[in-house]
Amino acid sequence: MMTLTDDQRMLQDTVRPFMADEGAIKLQLRHWRDSGCSDGYGTDLWKQLAGLGLTGILIPESQGGAGLGAVEAGVVLEEIGRNLTPSPFLTTAVAAVRALEGSAQAERWFPGILAGETVAALAVDEGKHHDPSQIALDAKRQGNGFVLNGAKQFVVQGNSADVILVAARTAGSPGETDGLTLFAVEKGANGLNVDSATLADSSKAARLGFTNVAVDADAVVGEVDGGWAPLSRALNAGRAGAAAELVGVAAGASDMTFEYLKQRKQFGRLIGEFQALQHRAAHLYGEIEIARAAALKAAQLLDAGDERAELLISVAKAKAGRVSALAVQEGVQMHGGIGMTDEHDIGLYMKREAVLSELFGSPRFHANQVAVLSGY
Amino acid sequence: MADLDNFRAETRTWLEANCPAEMRQPMKSEKDICWGGRNFEFQNEAQRQWLNAMAARGWTVPDWPTDYGGGGLSPAEAKILKEEMAALGCRSPLTSFGISMLGPALLKFGTEEQKKHYLTEIARGEIRWCQGYSEPGAGSDLAGLQTKAEDKGDHYLVNGQKVWTSYADQADWIFCLVRTSTESKHGGISFLLFDMESPGVSTKPILLISGNSPFCETFFDDVKVPKDQLVGEENKGWDVAKYLLGHEREMISGMGLGGEKEALGKSVGPIEDPLLRAEIAAFDVDALAFAAMSERFLDQLKAGEAHPAMPSMMKYAGTELNKRRHELVMAAGGSDTLEWDSDRSKGGKAARDWLRTKANSIEGGTSEIQLGIVAKHILRLPGA
Repeated sequence: MMTLTDDQRMLQDTVRPFMADEGAIKLQLRHWRDSGCSDGYGTDLWKQLAGLGLTGILIPESQGGAGLGAVEAGVVLEEIGRNLTPSPFLTTAVAAVRALEGSAQAERWFPGILAGETVAALAVDEGKHHDPSQIALDAKRQGNGFVLNGAKQFVVQGNSADVILVAARTAGSPGETDGLTLFAVEKGANGLNVDSATLADSSKAARLGFTNVAVDADAVVGEVDGGWAPLSRALNAGRAGAAAELVGVAAGASDMTFEYLKQRKQFGRLIGEFQALQHRAAHLYGEIEIARAAALKAAQLLDAGDERAELLISVAKAKAGRVSALAVQEGVQMHGGIGMTDEHDIGLYMKREAVLSELFGSPRFHANQVAVLSGY
Repeated sequence: MADLDNFRAETRTWLEANCPAEMRQPMKSEKDICWGGRNFEFQNEAQRQWLNAMAARGWTVPDWPTDYGGGGLSPAEAKILKEEMAALGCRSPLTSFGISMLGPALLKFGTEEQKKHYLTEIARGEIRWCQGYSEPGAGSDLAGLQTKAEDKGDHYLVNGQKVWTSYADQADWIFCLVRTSTESKHGGISFLLFDMESPGVSTKPILLISGNSPFCETFFDDVKVPKDQLVGEENKGWDVAKYLLGHEREMISGMGLGGEKEALGKSVGPIEDPLLRAEIAAFDVDALAFAAMSERFLDQLKAGEAHPAMPSMMKYAGTELNKRRHELVMAAGGSDTLEWDSDRSKGGKAARDWLRTKANSIEGGTSEIQLGIVAKHILRLPGA
């Protein structure tokens, strides 16, 4: 069934007002942006999310978590998207937890994540576009461990992270999915250079330089040369989650815009009376419903371990990216001049959409994935 | 869950035993659709057998009550039946406007006698229905219709003209909107049922840009309609009409699914042009997302969670998508698909299908009408 269960609805009923209050733009995004916070998010809120049991949403019950799935994570992320709430939820509680699950490293990091004290980052991209099969960062065996050399970029919250999950090549060549290994590299490792940048949406992402960074053998997450498995788990969860967050961004931007159409007067009429705007608004509404359905379907298939999950995740990420772009562009346009000002929130949605659409693969990357997975 | 698992197993066994092999082949053309009706010519014995076997179980209309010829299945059971039929590749045993349009309206607005009589005939595929809605002067502004029904005591006397009546020349009965009062535009419309063999009814097929004639003009000249063939109250036909349009929109939006969960890029053959491949991939993202939406919409309907105006959104999105699909089929086919009457092109099937889809966003309320409905009833925009 593609309706939420009673439990999922209860979760939504808890998270929606919480994010609308505690995660509000004024309290979080604007506050941390304008105070020049180096994390780009509030550590108190991350603790509050832990208090609600949300940081452990995907962590198995046997390890102290809620043991829930992508659908529930999506419910949370839609509300995060709606309020543009900055937090490590997507990278840490969703992507990193999925990468770590079932590995020896899980014992090491899950308690901190559950407590809202630990932040984890994912280091995948090496160029300006997401393309994980092309990973080239070099990891060579040395003594009891490995030594890493190379560079990563677009590592979201890379400078705040206590641990960075680094996808590196231990065998094979770029273009192959075999021969990758995922390493858990701790903050402050010798030879690790972290160059943190503020992105357009005021979130923080780092460029990482690895110069002979030595790690022990037990830093390996999963199997040596078999890193594609934990990396795929992280990316599937991260992409499905980003799709849900994008739906939230689209919903937040469009709600604000539809409301504006009912308030703003020009030529002595509410601008929402103009059919030129009505039809565009109605089209946008439909597109958001479709994107939400795609994101839900992807999450359900992922939770069910269905073989079509990867296809639908790419459909959802691509669709949610496109629709969310439409929502923020129509949002700014329909707001007119006020939409161009920093004072108004609608522009913040446009900036967040741009970053989220690029994260874990752009709509074009995922449309190509849909073609490849469909065999053409 | 155990009950549903049993139901699934029993259903599969029954379908395997009762669905003839010919009815498990994909349909080759529109001619393979079983419409039923008094004058329907079955393509073969298998088609007749399949209809009769399914009708006997009430499975031509699985979720209608058994009293009216339905299967009495719960939503979950009906979904299982649909899935099992799809898994075996079973064709639909019966397609009809009676099932998709009139039936739901009768279930809601019909008298007990009307339900027993008409619904049972529909379920068995005995009567083929057509829809008398649009008129030459009443298209998007449907409620402006002028076809007149005068009260003559025990019957109405109907005079006027309908247009875009799908398959009127092949239908047995018509469900028809008529004007019983001129005092109010929406409040003067009534919903009548009558036999197309009644004296005074005539039809004339309309030749379309596709070269086919799925629609007719239908004329009424002093047609007598007994009063017990009125559905709902006199002058309250607009409520019935709107309810029925909702179901029609669901049906038309379903057309957008085409290959349902199959990617278009898989079915058009090798794509060498990278620009075309990119366009088709973008389309497949939209089509597969819409397939998820269709599934969600049906589940929301069953759970009573769908907004009453959602069929308009679905109809708009589904039909626009279907038009795009056929544009891309034509682009992928190049000059091969421009042939109009060769055997090679199966009589210009691709081109004719492509042209047919252009009506999708006009019939059953244009895209612009649907957007207006969404703006008014869902977004509640002022003055919409």
